[in-house]
Amino acid sequence: MKYFAKTALVIATSCAATMLATDALADTVLTVATVNNGQMIQMQKLTPEFEKANPGIKIKWVTLPETQLRQNLTQDIANKSGLYDIMTIGMYNTPIWAKRGWLSPINTSGKYDVKDLIPSIRQGLSYKDKLYGAPFYGESSMVMYRKDLVEKAGMKITDRDKWTHIEKVAKAINDPKKGIYGICLRGKAGWGANVALVTTIVNSFGGRWFDMKWHPQIDTPEWKKAVTFYVNMLRKYGPPGATSDNFNQDLALFEQGKCGIWVDATIAASFVSNPTESKVADKVAFAQAPYEVTKKGSNWLWSWALAIPVTSKHQADAQKFVRWATSKGYIKLVAKHYGWASVPTGTRESTYANPNFQKAAVFAKAEFTAIKSANPDDSTLKPVPYKGVQFVSIPEFQSIGTITGQMISAALAGKMSVDQALENAQKIAERQMRASGYY
Amino acid sequence: MTLTQQKKLKTVLIGSLAWIIALVLFFPIFWMFLTSFKTEAQAIAFPPELFFKPTLENFAIVQERSDYLYHAMNSVVISFGATIIALIIAIPAAYSMAFFPGKRTKDILLWMLSTKMLPSVGVLVPIYLLSRDYGLLDTRTGLIIIFTLMNLPIIVWMLFSYFKDLPKEILEAARMDGATPWTEVTQVVMPLSVGGIISTGLLSIILCWNEAFWSINLTATNAAPLTAMIASYSSPEGLFWAKLSAASTLACAPIIIFGWFCQKQLVQGLTFGAVK
Amino acid sequence: MKRTITRLLMAPSVIVLLLWMIIPLSMTIYFSTIHYNLLYPGPTRFVGWLNYDFFITDPAFLTAIGNTTLLVGSVLIITVVLGVALSALIDKPFFGRGIVRVLLISPFFVMPTVNALVWKNMMMNPVYGIFAWIWQSLGLTPIDWLSTYPLFSIIVMVSWQWLPFAILVFVTALQSQDHEQKEAAQMDGATSWHIFRYLTIPHLSRPITVVVMIEAIFLLSVFAQIYVSTNGGPGYSSTNLAYMIYNQALLQFNVGTASAGGLIAVVLANIVAFFLIRAVGKNLTV
Repeated sequence: MKYFAKTALVIATSCAATMLATDALADTVLTVATVNNGQMIQMQKLTPEFEKANPGIKIKWVTLPETQLRQNLTQDIANKSGLYDIMTIGMYNTPIWAKRGWLSPINTSGKYDVKDLIPSIRQGLSYKDKLYGAPFYGESSMVMYRKDLVEKAGMKITDRDKWTHIEKVAKAINDPKKGIYGICLRGKAGWGANVALVTTIVNSFGGRWFDMKWHPQIDTPEWKKAVTFYVNMLRKYGPPGATSDNFNQDLALFEQGKCGIWVDATIAASFVSNPTESKVADKVAFAQAPYEVTKKGSNWLWSWALAIPVTSKHQADAQKFVRWATSKGYIKLVAKHYGWASVPTGTRESTYANPNFQKAAVFAKAEFTAIKSANPDDSTLKPVPYKGVQFVSIPEFQSIGTITGQMISAALAGKMSVDQALENAQKIAERQMRASGYY
Repeated sequence: MTLTQQKKLKTVLIGSLAWIIALVLFFPIFWMFLTSFKTEAQAIAFPPELFFKPTLENFAIVQERSDYLYHAMNSVVISFGATIIALIIAIPAAYSMAFFPGKRTKDILLWMLSTKMLPSVGVLVPIYLLSRDYGLLDTRTGLIIIFTLMNLPIIVWMLFSYFKDLPKEILEAARMDGATPWTEVTQVVMPLSVGGIISTGLLSIILCWNEAFWSINLTATNAAPLTAMIASYSSPEGLFWAKLSAASTLACAPIIIFGWFCQKQLVQGLTFGAVK
Repeated sequence: MKRTITRLLMAPSVIVLLLWMIIPLSMTIYFSTIHYNLLYPGPTRFVGWLNYDFFITDPAFLTAIGNTTLLVGSVLIITVVLGVALSALIDKPFFGRGIVRVLLISPFFVMPTVNALVWKNMMMNPVYGIFAWIWQSLGLTPIDWLSTYPLFSIIVMVSWQWLPFAILVFVTALQSQDHEQKEAAQMDGATSWHIFRYLTIPHLSRPITVVVMIEAIFLLSVFAQIYVSTNGGPGYSSTNLAYMIYNQALLQFNVGTASAGGLIAVVLANIVAFFLIRAVGKNLTV
């Protein structure tokens, strides 16, 4: 007992001591918030190089899961707390936050070579022609499939097929008894999860989220057709538990050799073609995302970008870091340390022009084509008032998208019909838009 | 079969049943521990691999990427700090309620418990704004204050029921001997209720250690405890189960081992007045 | 004199809790009457009951209340029944009882988020999870737990975490049971069941009350497990009130509606507490 009391006392005093000890750092400390993706981890590991080149600046990292990060950053920036100097934000948030005046424009002068940025990515991260997020890496969506299984089934996948053809191939490959599922797709509810994929399907079936007067279009025939198609295909030829599958779960399935076809982010290509992790590395092939009625908006466009909140007290130093981490030189630095196959892709045209990269990355060409072909300003058959391929750049979309995702996953789980699911989503979306004062 | 044999058989049966149930309930933790020694590919292998060549790679990665000791120190400081402060505030209150109950005592206790019923997520913005205005965002002090208040009602309640069961005769005897209120508390009440205070404190430490909502939403780099460190291993794009298991093992191990060592004390004090 | 001292001793606790309650609560009440969205900075305006109306008419509202009740009720029943049974089982000495007890209480020390991640990805995953493997070994089709039985899966995770707490409390209580009384009953020819039913259970009535009260407080706001594993779905099938408020507060950043939701949750929680106290309160010797 005495022992316990003593320990408690010691701990209490040491607590007090550490609380009182103030950081006696003369250096500028930049706090960078980011997500736990491979490329971001490389950046963390390479920061000593930046600190060496810029004495007097120290970098501190905060890594969080995507949704949590968005929450913390929104709290910080909307309440002007100023905890972070550099924020990793997506293409969805960048224009919205720039419009609010929460972000400082990125200094793109001089050696930064802003013209080298892929136009679609640059466009997506700009507001009123000013760049507010420096693209760290970018991605689109595409088809990854097993050459061996497709061949064995006597089928063929060309460079760009229709969804209905992909379904036929999936049907031919599907062999659940042997643990092989024809197609793996995202099914987990969330605006960045199943909704991202479903929106590209809806776009290619000729649908859209809103009409020009901001009325939701979720219960229109295009949506019903597209979602029915998605649900039927995934229920018939997909893996069990598809409603909880997101990128990672599908990645695990594909690498274990359990999927014939997988349509997802282009970044997946670097994982599934990596033999140390993937059992099927030598059997993978790539194609452009499927389309149906139109090719518009059939592949998504996303980028993780570095942005500087106006509340940061170290604007100039933060600019230095952002310019460093998204420069051509940084890409070369990664190549030097980790090889050309691991450089952050989807941001600069010069990367794709580099012969070393072309040799190292089997997916280079397919990825570049996909990213270039996506256009966030023109991704639907009918006109829309919004920007974004697989999202709508308004604050309400997070919640509308998530609820719609919930409904679609309920339909996928067989808990309700597709029609009912979409009608529910439509009602909720209308309610939301009305509450926000759109009409 | 003789009666002793029968008794023995019964003990064996009960023992084996208990063992089986215990192992089943412990299995997820064991599995997480095992996964932390696997590669990412082994972690998703099917059928699941029980025998494999263990690797320490995940722990190396966690060590390299996060300052484990710093986060652990934050967890220790915050949970012990909050617990000690809460005990200091709660002991007098529980003492007075147990020994000098008034008409309102019951109402006050229930009211205290009811303050815990506002869902954290519903008051996030007010608390966030207050923390910001008082410079408590991302500080250990901020989290200590919140955790103290969060656990105070339960601590008061547990102590109260423990004090209430102390034999009154001893107290009266002490008073007869001319003990002042101060000596009564320090020399009679405290020694008798050490078990209760310790187990209450232990419970509070466990609750603080595992709290994730406030500790993630109100911290960035300086005050982030282990729960925030674990959160940094979930990845939107890329397999992470083995690394996450390693981080979780590191984060949970101190409190699990601490709990194992203290379980006797923990059990002693959780009587809630069942001792009569 | 005595009353003054009593009051003085209680003052710190009462004052800090009062502040802790009143300040956020009044801010919440204020926020709940204005249009306040973090993503729309600028002047806020008074909207009266609109936020409450918006929250209550949300199509998820009734389902969420049902799910909350079901979740709290089931976990309480599971943890109390299994807790009593298991602590009675390990009441008498047997080989390795200390280790068994340690194993049984361990899940309580695991962080809720980790708990959910382990169950979701390593146990319940229908393709490479442990359950899928067991089912397949038995020649059955693996079950997709999280989408077929979402709320049940959550109940399993939450019960796994809180069962050890119940065991802890009941084990302690059983230690203090009068063993002479038990032996006397045995001599009189009472069966184990009778002893359990007529001696042990009544002895445990107060600890049971305590477990129910404390757990109910925590269970009413279960959030981490849902957030990590099912995101409240599919549809609304595992959305509870806390998760619904989260949806408002942190997906939409609609502080006004989230505040209204928080207040509604407090009122409902207090109604539950009122009935709980009525039902089991006589055991609280307060």
